Amino acid sequence: MSNVYENLTWLPELPKNYNERIKNVSCGVELLQLSQYRLDDNKLKKIYNKLQKLIIEKKDLTPLTQSTLGLISNANTKLIVPSLIGTAVRHGLQLTVIEVDFNKIDEEIFNEKSNFDGYKIQTILIAIDYRGLPLNPKPGDQIHGEENIKQCVEYLKNITNSIIKKTKAQIILQNIAPPVESIFGSYERILPGTINWLCSKINLEIDKLNSNEIMVLDIKGLASNIGLNNWHDPTIWNLAKISFSQKYTPMYSEYICRILGVKNGKSRRCLILDLDNTLWGGVIGDDGIEGINIGNGDATGEAYVAIQKLAMQLHDRGIVLAISSKNEDHIAREPFKNHPDMILREKHIAVFQANWKDKASNIRAIAESLSLGLESIVFLDDNPAERMQIRKELPQIAVPELPSDPALYPRQLMIAGYFEAIAFSEEDSKRANFYQDNAKRIKILNESSDMESYLNSLEMEAQFKKFDHIGRSRIAQLISKSNQFNLTTKRYTELEIAEIEKDENYYTRQIRLKDILGDNGMISVVICLKKEKIWEIDTWLMSCRVLGRRVEEIVLQDIIKNAQLEGVTKIIGKYIPTKKNVIVKDHYEKLGFNKRYGDEIKEIWELELKNFVFMPLPIKINYAI
Amino acid sequence: MQERKTLEKLKKIFNEVFDNEEIIISEETSAQQIDEWDSLSNIRLFVTIEKEFGIKFSAHEIAELKNVGEMEKLINIKIRK
Repeated sequence: MSNVYENLTWLPELPKNYNERIKNVSCGVELLQLSQYRLDDNKLKKIYNKLQKLIIEKKDLTPLTQSTLGLISNANTKLIVPSLIGTAVRHGLQLTVIEVDFNKIDEEIFNEKSNFDGYKIQTILIAIDYRGLPLNPKPGDQIHGEENIKQCVEYLKNITNSIIKKTKAQIILQNIAPPVESIFGSYERILPGTINWLCSKINLEIDKLNSNEIMVLDIKGLASNIGLNNWHDPTIWNLAKISFSQKYTPMYSEYICRILGVKNGKSRRCLILDLDNTLWGGVIGDDGIEGINIGNGDATGEAYVAIQKLAMQLHDRGIVLAISSKNEDHIAREPFKNHPDMILREKHIAVFQANWKDKASNIRAIAESLSLGLESIVFLDDNPAERMQIRKELPQIAVPELPSDPALYPRQLMIAGYFEAIAFSEEDSKRANFYQDNAKRIKILNESSDMESYLNSLEMEAQFKKFDHIGRSRIAQLISKSNQFNLTTKRYTELEIAEIEKDENYYTRQIRLKDILGDNGMISVVICLKKEKIWEIDTWLMSCRVLGRRVEEIVLQDIIKNAQLEGVTKIIGKYIPTKKNVIVKDHYEKLGFNKRYGDEIKEIWELELKNFVFMPLPIKINYAI
Repeated sequence: MQERKTLEKLKKIFNEVFDNEEIIISEETSAQQIDEWDSLSNIRLFVTIEKEFGIKFSAHEIAELKNVGEMEKLINIKIRK
C-alpha cells in the first residue's frame, strides 16, 4: 500500500501525451484539468513552470483562487515549493509561496520586522522537524526531560506568537515525526528522557496549541502511515538539509494544499455511490437479493460491509450520501429495504437515482436537487468507463481510481483526502439530515449532450466470433446467469451449447469488447435459428456493464450483414418479459423492428432487411478467425 | 546492451527533470554544459534516477560523479547487484 503515498494512486494515470498537452495549456481551466493526475515531483514542476508562464502572459486563470503561503522551516524547502504550487492548482488555488531562509528562524522570532512584511499572507506554515527543536535527550532523567519538553514547546510558541503578532496570518503548525533510530528499542517509548519519549510528549503539547489562529498539521500521522523508515532519508538530509524523502513531496504537498483548499472554502460535501460491485459484490439485477455478496462470514462480503460502514461514518460526519446506479429503481432499492446485512438504508440516502440514463446526467441532477456545486461532489464507482465518462463530462467532480480488490476501497477513498476538515461542530453532524435523507428520485431534465465524443474517446473494438470450445464455458455462464439484458432468458447447458456450436442451422456469436481502459472480456452472446429466408433471434444477451455504448447496434449490424450474405430478407426477434428484464422491453423498437404480436407472455418483432441502413458507430469491428 | 539501455533511460530522465526536450546527453556531458543543472535540480535528478532504477546513492557517490558516463557506470553496477 505504500505506493498510494508515493504515487497518489487515487488519481488517474497520466495520459500518454501529457508533456505535449501541458505545453499547449493556455488558461486556468486547462491547467486545473491537467493537475488531476498522478503527478510526481517533476510533473508538478511542469505545472508550476506553466503557471508562472501563464501569469507572466496575463492569461485567464479562472477558476483558480489566489492565495499566499508563508513557509518557515529549519530545513531546505526550495525543492518543495514548486511541488506545493503545482499541487495547489489541483486544489483550485493559484498559490504564491514566500520562504524564509532556514537560518533566519531566530531573526524571525526576535526582530520587530518580519521576513513576511510587505506580502499579503493568509497562511504561514511552520515546518520544524525534530532536528530543528532544542531536543536534549537524557535517558532515565525525568526531571530534565520535562524541562526539555517545556523548552521545545516554548521555542515553537515563540515562533508562532511572534509571527501571529507581526503578520496576523493563520498558522499551520506541523507536529513532530520522531526519528527511526531508537536506542532502547521498544522500551524507548516508556523510558523518560529518550528522544522518542520527548517527541511523543511534545506532540501532545503541540495538540494543545490548536486554536482559532493555529492549526496543527499531523505530519507525524502522515509519516507513520508512510513508515518512518521510508519518510526519513538521512542521505538527503546530510546532502541538502531536506527533512524527508523527496519521494513523498507530492503527498506532503497534498496534505498542505488540502488544508489551504478547505480554508478557501473548497471542500467536498457529498458522496455519490454506485451500487453493483461498489456497495455489494455482484449485480443485483442478475443475481437477485439472495445472490449479491454483502455481509460477514464471507471475505468479499466483509469488504463491502467495510465500505458501507465507511459511508455510514461519513454520513454521520455530515457528508451527504446519494446513489447513482444503472439499474431498475425497485430492484436497486430492494437490498436497502430487505437485505439483513446492509448497513446503509434508504433513510441514509438523500437522492436515489437508479435508472438506465447516463451517469453524468444523473449526477448533475443530484447536484441540482441538493443545491450543491459539482465541485463539492465525490463519485465512487468500480467501473473505470463510468469514472472516465464523469471525469470527461464533469471535471469538477472528484472521481477516485479504485484498486481491483474491494477490501482496499475504504483506504483508497480516505487517503485521497476529499473530506478534509479543519473543524467539526454539532451543526456538521446534523448537516446530512438537513438534506432530508428520503432517498428521493428525481427526473432528469437535460441529458448529456456529449455522449458521442465520450464514446469515440473510448476507442472501442468489438471482436465477433462463432461459438467455439474455448469460449464455451464462458458462454454457458453468461447464458445461465444473465437476467437483465436478456431478451428470452433461455437457459442452455454447456453440452447443449456444444451441440449448437456444431449445428449448421444456427448462427452464433460470442462478442468481446476492448476499449482504451482495457479488455471487458466476453460481453454479449447471440444465437439465431436459420429458417430459409428468415432468421429468428433465439438468444440475445449482454452485460449491463457496457450498456449505453451502442454495442447492441453493432451486434445487430453484424447479424444483418451475415444474414444478407445468405439471402435472408427478414429477422424476427422475441421478447419474453420476466421480472428482471424490463430493461430490454423497448429493445427491438429502438432498433427499428416492428411489432407483429404482443401479449403478457411474449412479443414478436420483425425487421425487413431491404430497407436497413448501416449507420456509422463508434465501435471498430474485428472479425476473429 | 544494458549500457545502451541505461543511457537511453537517462536521456529521458534528463529531459523530464530539466523540463527540456532538447537536452542531448553523451557520456562526456557534465553539469557545466547544462544550464538548468544546478545543485537543487541535481537533487531532483538523483531522486528521479533512484526511483526510475530502484537504486540508492550515498552522498559520497553523488559528490564524486564527474559526468554522465560515470553516472551510467555506477547505475549499471548498482542494478546488477
